Amino acid sequence: MAKITIEDLKKIKERVHAETALRDGHLRVKVTVHMGTCGIASGAKDVMDSLLREIEEAGVSDVSVTTSGCMGLCSREPLVTVEILNQDPIKYEYMNSNKMRQVFKRHILEGEIQNPFVLARGAETQK
Amino acid sequence: MLELALHILDIAENSTRAGARHVGIHLNEDPEHDLLTLEITDDGAGMDKDTLARALDPFYTTKKVRRVGLGLPMLAQAAESAGGQFILTSEPGRGTQLKVTFGLHHLDRQPLGDAAGVMVTLIAGNPDIDFTYCHEHGDHIYHLSTEEIKEEIEDVPINHIEVLKYIRNHIAKGIKEIGSEA
Repeated sequence: MAKITIEDLKKIKERVHAETALRDGHLRVKVTVHMGTCGIASGAKDVMDSLLREIEEAGVSDVSVTTSGCMGLCSREPLVTVEILNQDPIKYEYMNSNKMRQVFKRHILEGEIQNPFVLARGAETQK
Repeated sequence: MLELALHILDIAENSTRAGARHVGIHLNEDPEHDLLTLEITDDGAGMDKDTLARALDPFYTTKKVRRVGLGLPMLAQAAESAGGQFILTSEPGRGTQLKVTFGLHHLDRQPLGDAAGVMVTLIAGNPDIDFTYCHEHGDHIYHLSTEEIKEEIEDVPINHIEVLKYIRNHIAKGIKEIGSEA
């Protein structure tokens, strides 16, 4: 049986401590992948995988990722909401792993909203 | 939904919405009896008798944003078409226990899929909830508890990308090591 190796986790802890000390722990972007039954059935997990992989590859630590439930727009799933600090949230529709990669590189990293995939701007009122 | 892992992701979401603090996911592959058992248990709000009775009705949902609730019905169907059973028990205040069985080698059984990725998604989306993932195959057993990990990493958030990467690799390796057939 594979054990949780305390050594590995300690290393991660030290690495994370070193990097948070450098940038005072601010989160700049919050990305929400909608994970209702509808989202999952239309590929939200692939979108999530792609997003996590991009964050890992880019080595950024100011992007947080979370999930939410269905908000009633099942036909437009997978949906992703990108919220950059002090800006209106942007909702993207019909996402897939390639579109997610593009949104990550262009919007999250460079601030350029990817209009062809946008469903709406503004805050979500219902979960 | 074509993979059991995606069903797990979907059903565990119900637990989180029911205010669970702990969600346990247990898979047991029993090649001797050609049986695959999936159990998901939580300590959430639970359901009363009426709600429980209607949980498998695709046109019943507690949500207001749409009129269908397909998560549980689809999992029940997946079990049924693989020669298995679907048992849901719950009581208000006592959480919910779900047990689904499948014919392990049944031709129509959905493959397990990316269980590691699903656990990572669950943990990333619900860092405050403790998850355990236990996977047995015959005499071999793999176990992961986010509570144990949290103790080790102290103030580093469990949804930090480095920790998530570690968890993903750990589970993927663990499932391989127990020789999973699912």
